[in-house]
Amino acid sequence: MSAFKGFLREDGSVGVRNHILVLSTVVCANVVAERIARRVRGAVAFCHTNGCGQIGEDLSQTIRTLTGMGRNPNVFGTLIVSLGCEGVAARDILNALARNRNNVELVTIQECGGTSSAIREGERILRGWQKEWKNQRRVPCQLKDLTVGLECGGSDTTSGIAANPVMGYVSDRVVSMGGKVILSETTEMIGAEHLLAARAVNGVLAQKLLEFVKKTEDSAKAMKVDLRGTQPTPGNIKGGLTTIEEKSLGCLAKAGHSRIVEVVGYAEPPTNNGLVIMDTPGYDVESVTGMLAGGAQIILFSTGRGTPVGSPIAPVIKITGNPKTAERMRENIDLDVSGLALGRQSIEEIGDELLALFRKTASGRKTASERLGHTEASITRIGPSV
Amino acid sequence: MEQGYILINKVDNVVTLLRDFEKDEKINVLELGIEFTLLDDVEFGHKVAIKVIRAGDKVIKYGEAIGSSTKEILPGEHVHVQNTVSDRGRGDL
Repeated sequence: MSAFKGFLREDGSVGVRNHILVLSTVVCANVVAERIARRVRGAVAFCHTNGCGQIGEDLSQTIRTLTGMGRNPNVFGTLIVSLGCEGVAARDILNALARNRNNVELVTIQECGGTSSAIREGERILRGWQKEWKNQRRVPCQLKDLTVGLECGGSDTTSGIAANPVMGYVSDRVVSMGGKVILSETTEMIGAEHLLAARAVNGVLAQKLLEFVKKTEDSAKAMKVDLRGTQPTPGNIKGGLTTIEEKSLGCLAKAGHSRIVEVVGYAEPPTNNGLVIMDTPGYDVESVTGMLAGGAQIILFSTGRGTPVGSPIAPVIKITGNPKTAERMRENIDLDVSGLALGRQSIEEIGDELLALFRKTASGRKTASERLGHTEASITRIGPSV
Repeated sequence: MEQGYILINKVDNVVTLLRDFEKDEKINVLELGIEFTLLDDVEFGHKVAIKVIRAGDKVIKYGEAIGSSTKEILPGEHVHVQNTVSDRGRGDL
């Protein structure tokens, strides 16, 4: 029996969506990328403020993220839109993507002769892909074909009590069926890292994980203020979360009870099946972007306060354990799991409900953020602009 | 859990409230046989001490330390940023 139906790509990966990605390499190309995407069915732009004035690992990380977005199995084809003089080498991204994928092209604004001609050229290329794009059909797939990203944003105390444990239930199921699950947000491991390290399959991994957490805590401390100025956020605090340790211990529940088989850097694709840790900031939109660039086709996202954010290329399933938020922000929420916190439903009952929604979503059912057109994305920085 | 609170781990010294409570309401933590009266109005999702937490003691939730108290906290008192600090990420110290 198949778990869901997805799109089989030429590199053997499986998409749960069939997007044409218009990938801006630099802020200067954002408007052109957006306008091209607006003109063609199935196209979506990925815009950001990075791409120039970056050096070293900060620049490499941006390039790795952009390449990873193009490689994501939810992407049918990628049109790279470059200005022509930016720090990011657009042609290197083109070449990297073209190694395993057929529909990859580059439009350079300076070579096209400006805004209008670059838009026309981009539109012409995408129109040429339309026939093949429309002919893509979903085929039966298994949970082992999936990489699931776990995220929480706008957390409150119900996240740790209800929504995250329910996500943990689905996460364990995906892992047991041979899929990959990514837990990210290193900031939100501070105070809970000892519990995660104890779940690593070997000491080297445990050490790597503890180093990521220490590096994140040290960089926060270097600002000479109490982390509580932003973690927990003012909204988290209003929702009852008192310290980063409390938030972290609640966050951990997203990852269920599986062993940790790999630890990867921001936007790095995991190579092992099972539960993987990715080093990302606690800033949810940056964290989701990192996991998508690492190959996640679908995001499970818990929220207590309520947040509308989505993604340009993947379904984001919003789960809340807060009954007031489920009511007040109904249109942004996919599943209300407050019955678990209130003791009215068991974890198995509500976990199976999320699993069913998860499979339907993987097969094409639109999430709240997709219906509402949310395409937020952001690439994290690790150095100042120069 | 219809009694309106959740005790996540038996070693915890706080419970999390699952409805808005008013001062002077009684809470009976059945799992531990502890009964107390609320000393503050406390909102849904916020924490209340179920034991005396002395100044500098760890506040325990999920069976783990979530920070330290800055003053003595009595059973029934709201446990939050006004009496509990984080022990981590303290660039200010």
